[in-house]
Amino acid sequence: MALLEVRNLAKRFGRVDAVSDVSFTLDAGEAIGLIGDNGAGKSTLVKMLSGVHRPSGGSILLEGRDVRFASPLAARASGVEIIHQDLALAPDLDVAANIFLGREPRRRFGPFRFLDRKGMAKKAAEVMVALGSHVPPDRLVGEMSGGERQLVAAARALEFQPRVLLLDEPTAALSTDKIRVLMGLVEELKSRGVAIVLISHRFTDVLHVCDRVVVLRRGEVAGELVPKGETSERMMAKMHQMMTGVSA
Amino acid sequence: MTGSTTVQARTFTGTVVGAVRAAAGRLGGFAIGLIIALGIEIAIFASRSPYFFSVINLTNIGRGMAIVGIVAVGATIVMIAGGFDLSVGSVMAASGMTAAWAMNAGLGIVSAILLALALGLTVGLLNGTIVAYMRINPLIATLGTLGIVRGLAFVVSGGQEIVVSDMAFVELGTQEVLGIPISVLVMLGVFVFFGWRMPRTRFGRYTYAIGSNARAAKLAGIPVARWQLAFYGTAGLLAALGGLVTVARVGSAQPTANLSAELDVITAVILGGTSLAGGRGRLFGTFLGLLVIAVLNNGLVLADVPTYWQQVVKGIVLLTAVFADEIRRSRREEG
Repeated sequence: MALLEVRNLAKRFGRVDAVSDVSFTLDAGEAIGLIGDNGAGKSTLVKMLSGVHRPSGGSILLEGRDVRFASPLAARASGVEIIHQDLALAPDLDVAANIFLGREPRRRFGPFRFLDRKGMAKKAAEVMVALGSHVPPDRLVGEMSGGERQLVAAARALEFQPRVLLLDEPTAALSTDKIRVLMGLVEELKSRGVAIVLISHRFTDVLHVCDRVVVLRRGEVAGELVPKGETSERMMAKMHQMMTGVSA
Repeated sequence: MTGSTTVQARTFTGTVVGAVRAAAGRLGGFAIGLIIALGIEIAIFASRSPYFFSVINLTNIGRGMAIVGIVAVGATIVMIAGGFDLSVGSVMAASGMTAAWAMNAGLGIVSAILLALALGLTVGLLNGTIVAYMRINPLIATLGTLGIVRGLAFVVSGGQEIVVSDMAFVELGTQEVLGIPISVLVMLGVFVFFGWRMPRTRFGRYTYAIGSNARAAKLAGIPVARWQLAFYGTAGLLAALGGLVTVARVGSAQPTANLSAELDVITAVILGGTSLAGGRGRLFGTFLGLLVIAVLNNGLVLADVPTYWQQVVKGIVLLTAVFADEIRRSRREEG
């Protein structure tokens, strides 16, 4: 049984079909790449998988169970984490506060509960070190570089041991070194059984870490490709053909 | 001996410098600037008036900031969360009138206070609902409730003041404990309670998160609208408390009470370093902002400056605070 199955998923905004019929499966420890031109429905699809949007039709199955995420928190509680394209960080909060945003561990004191600030700082420092960053947990995110912020967004997803990790353009602001660290981490997560959905304009990243590539066009699946055994050039040509509907 | 003394002096100087640096780091440059401004104010006014440091005058400064201070705590929370509340002056007047009416109707002090607080909370929740669920700009939303609540205070009272008949309530506003007016103690209690709570609870954490990036907070699963309701509700509740203290001090409730109090409140909050864009600010900063304004007002009175000029000074202080906020924001964006 697939860890994640997307069945005839659709999302309509008013009269516009952003996603009209998308189906694919994803096993534990597998990575798929989602590619497509602007408006192909990639972001809408990812938002449905992460509980931001509710589907207009179709279903999402997690280990065979039909899940209807009422909110991003519900998706995260089911083990579906996401790194958003714009990172979705609060610049006036520090690293630790951003990593635990919405899921702050708290300590009980009689009838009251207080934030476990020390615990959050300690765990935040650990997960940042695992990502190759030594940024202190009390540093304000607004004072950090684009690459460092991207690592905070990654740390937020990884801290909670996801079963499915959605990465929406995760390398957009990273230097080559940091991209290598992140892609190494994706490989490691795969080996630990985490299912990965990667959206990236960098085809090299997609071909490097993904076992399959799902090509979207106008809200539908235009085709599915397996990079293994193919040359990069042939894959690029096939992806381009599927995305545009025109032979290269 | 001399060498040892020199080393000790250096160690002492190093410790003091270190402590000052640590304090500056904790307080932030803006708070240090306010403390310096306050020091300059005190030095000028104290040198011009022998009464400045008298107990009576210091008590007057405390009384002068107590009511605005209580309300400013709620306003700081709302503004850090990216909101704005112009209705506080009207809520203060309406709550005060409710309490006075309830006491004169024989409801008793506790019931009257609870009724007034309930009114403040209700208006706060209404503000929150309009802003968070109906997505109306907070300036417009609270300008609307400002008019409605003030208008209703006039309609219900017929424009007449209500003299409080329960002297026990009036005593609450005029009595002192250990030489400190009860109104000042109430203000300090509110500051300590929320100042302690903000960094330790989700209430405080989400105030900053929502003000900093409401979309990010929503994507993180935080029920943003519900929390906005809580912030505006708190502001309404504290405005009502401010209204109660006003009535207790004056001994009567008037529909014209606390007119344009929102201006004093907002000036103190912005002067204290809370960003108009949300996400940044501290209650300690607001307290310093209040102190700077209270000392300024008091000093102007001692220097026999006509009252009208005080309005002009207040306006200048507000504009200066907004300008300082704008500079800070531009620097942050450039950085």
